[in-house]
Amino acid sequence: MVYSQARWDEPPIKSLSGHGHIGFHKQASDPSPALNTIPKILRRSAPPSLPELSEIEVIRHYTRLSQENFGIDLGLYALGSCTMKYNPKVCDLLAASHKIQELHPYQDQRTVQGILQLLYEAADSLAKIVGVQKMTLHPAAGAHGEYTGLLLIRAYHRDMKDLKRDEIIVPDSAHGTNPASAAMAGYKVIEVRSNSRGCVDTEALKGAVGSRTAGLMITNPNTLGIFEREILEITRIVHEAGGLLYYDGANLNAIMGKAKPGDMGFDVVHLNIHKTFATPHGGGGPGAGPIGVVSRLADYLPIPTVEFDGSKYYLDYNRPKSIGKVRAYHGSSAVVLRAYAYILLLGREGLETASEVAVLNANYMAQKLRKIKGFSLPYAEGVPRKHEFVLSASGLAKETGVTALLAGKRLMDFGIHPPTVYFPLIVEEAMMVEPTETESKLELDAMVTAFEKISNEAYSNSDQPKTSPHAASVTRIDEAKANRPKTMELTWTSHPTE
Amino acid sequence: MLDDIGLKSIDQLFDDIPTTLRSKAELPIKSKLSEMETRRYVEGLLSKNQSTRDILSFLGAGVWPHHVPAAIDAIITRGEFLTSYTPYQPELSQGMLQSMFEYQSLICDLTAMDYANSSLYDWSTALGEAARMTSRVTSRDEFIVPHFIHPERLQTLKTFCDPADIKIVEVPQDPGTGYIDQSELKRKLSNRTAGVYLESPSFLGFVEESCDDIAHVAHDRGALFVVGCEPISLGALKPPGELGADIVVGEGQPLGNHMNFGGPLLGIFGCKGEGLLRQMPGRIIGKTTTQDGKQDAYCMALQTREQHIRRGKSTSNICTNEALLALAAAMYLSLLGPAGITELSATILDRTNYAIQQLRKLRGVKAPVFDAFHFMEFTVNFQDAGKHVSEINDALLGAGIQGGLDLSTYFPELGQTALYCFTEVHTHRDIDMLTDELRVILGAN
Repeated sequence: MVYSQARWDEPPIKSLSGHGHIGFHKQASDPSPALNTIPKILRRSAPPSLPELSEIEVIRHYTRLSQENFGIDLGLYALGSCTMKYNPKVCDLLAASHKIQELHPYQDQRTVQGILQLLYEAADSLAKIVGVQKMTLHPAAGAHGEYTGLLLIRAYHRDMKDLKRDEIIVPDSAHGTNPASAAMAGYKVIEVRSNSRGCVDTEALKGAVGSRTAGLMITNPNTLGIFEREILEITRIVHEAGGLLYYDGANLNAIMGKAKPGDMGFDVVHLNIHKTFATPHGGGGPGAGPIGVVSRLADYLPIPTVEFDGSKYYLDYNRPKSIGKVRAYHGSSAVVLRAYAYILLLGREGLETASEVAVLNANYMAQKLRKIKGFSLPYAEGVPRKHEFVLSASGLAKETGVTALLAGKRLMDFGIHPPTVYFPLIVEEAMMVEPTETESKLELDAMVTAFEKISNEAYSNSDQPKTSPHAASVTRIDEAKANRPKTMELTWTSHPTE
Repeated sequence: MLDDIGLKSIDQLFDDIPTTLRSKAELPIKSKLSEMETRRYVEGLLSKNQSTRDILSFLGAGVWPHHVPAAIDAIITRGEFLTSYTPYQPELSQGMLQSMFEYQSLICDLTAMDYANSSLYDWSTALGEAARMTSRVTSRDEFIVPHFIHPERLQTLKTFCDPADIKIVEVPQDPGTGYIDQSELKRKLSNRTAGVYLESPSFLGFVEESCDDIAHVAHDRGALFVVGCEPISLGALKPPGELGADIVVGEGQPLGNHMNFGGPLLGIFGCKGEGLLRQMPGRIIGKTTTQDGKQDAYCMALQTREQHIRRGKSTSNICTNEALLALAAAMYLSLLGPAGITELSATILDRTNYAIQQLRKLRGVKAPVFDAFHFMEFTVNFQDAGKHVSEINDALLGAGIQGGLDLSTYFPELGQTALYCFTEVHTHRDIDMLTDELRVILGAN
């Protein structure tokens, strides 16, 4: 396949500004006399220096920029841990209704029964999928869910008058948000090492838990894509020490219909709606990070929850033990709506099949890629991976100088979004690959072929990998320059230190 | 494919999951639906809603009704933007990165600040992050907020401050004008004060006249000044950067994003000066070049502040943000330009003034409660009409009108008061319909 991303060399929109151009359809009557009612002391002295463009100029600029952006709609997006599966279009279509877009969060609840019912049913379905008692749909993202979940753990221990618990344990393979969220929630972060199988070392865990343990944050399957076989032992160790178990749901796509976090012993579970439940990630967000809890934590959930009294749905603010609010209003309803449509579309069979095919695709890829010269699959020889796997390019890097970073850049030339690189930290030259269930064998084989070509190029001393990417809208970027005080430009007017 | 990996069945791939877990794993949810059935079911649910297109709504209070230009939805639904992930590989993601750089720049133009990040979740979490940032920067542990703050914003602020042991201190506002009681402010400021926060326009729509005095007072005591803003008002009102703000937070939903029942929203966050920049939460996009120096290019900057590098020592845990809404905001500000945003804020002010003028004529109605300049929102008090906001709103709804937000539980001292919002989506005729209906309702007493 020959791939070539558009290369427009599009200047910043400010430089496209033309005097008097406007992309805003003014009304016939002139409202400007109203401005004279502003007290002089409050009035802006000159209009903000925004660019001046007509509608078509704005449309062309951003259409061109869109062509310089790679999305799942264009091709395989193997970014590990991000679950870049296809986002069914019907979900977007439903979310484009004015019956959701033009709803105000404070409307009389009699006028929003439909969305309340939808949120109620979505929360119920999500709770059943992960095997917990109750969900909140408030958190705006996975990390926000983590923060919320940790606040619930904190509230629980305080309520139990168990006030000395100030430590959260995370494995060394954890997502960066885990320790960051724990620190934000006021906890000290204790890291436990992985064993030779890439899993939590239960002996190390036993040594780490104690009367100060508030909880353990863990994802299962872990970031190596390996199912933590000793999960029941892990949750037992933490529970016996008086700690609670937090499930990072980033990797749920591997186990729907195969195992439930609730059954594993987790007390708090967050879900990345924009991963497992196929809502488009929008180039960074919006996402949603609902969390589910077992019954002993339900009272602490943020307000309001959505409830049903047998005849109507309502927002329940009367929850005296609640941690309060983690954001304004009721959550990212437009994102949750898409996820619920996805759940309805796939149903119980479809979600289980999604996990099965995601795992099959990952294992197929793992077996193909590990055999390519320069690459290896460290940890847990012979153990099947789940939805993702972590390849090491350390052989390739040592023998040819083509690092994981360069191999990733070269993949772009084949129209494939590179895997997550240099994560998890416990693998040298890591390339974390998550093909997802929505890629066909044809797509997977094309990626295998691309890896083979890259390996051949590297070992034949071709310049190609080292000068890549060639097919992206820009050649390799100088990222250091964007971070040096003297050359850093963070807006079109700011030039720090110069 | 199973042959290729030497397995006989898919089940073998899950052999390492303990059987006690496998046996309970079935999903107790409904069977799958076809696309048509899914559509019919969800549309059926949605049809039970009455949107603000079905009824005439005067709600604002942090999420405001505005016209979203068609051009914006056309761009943000393009798969290249919509279905991309966080731009971890910049060469393949220049479109989103450049858009975020433009968003940051446009927010700085609008707010007169030096730097902006590429978004947080919403105004309330941006405020929480701001309070924590002031505490980090000053090594102090108190944060002063005005009495008439958005109640949900205050609740979120508490949730962010509590684990960091930051104490929230409330400063009273004059019951006549709504202005900050400056002598009380001076009394509450101390060498423990990390930051002083003000909303402009305020939650109740009035605009504080002495922002720069407050900034001076705060700065004199070594505290940072944080201003929360509604961005469209900045087409007409002095921007936070000219009012002495060190940090600005706000809600970007009005900039080309639909209300969506209150989410997703767009948290604006900006600051002044390089010292604060390095303590800023969230992703920041920088402009650079390619390594050969031949092309301009964009990438994430200052990542050493962030969780994927710094882990437990990052300035925030945020990862997924609200990029697509920031893209909409960048488009919106570019479509409007200086003339458009000035005209839009004038239109909103025209509607606000007209509504005040009409509502004032009603017997027993005080509008606004505060003797101050108001933008877009104001308080309407029904005390002398002898009716509760809840009964008035019930009666309005019967006529297809959603009245203003009932403030009686949030701020009991205001009595039977509602917060009304008027934007460009309301015509003078819409406002007349509201006042006519209110006249009938109040007259029936």
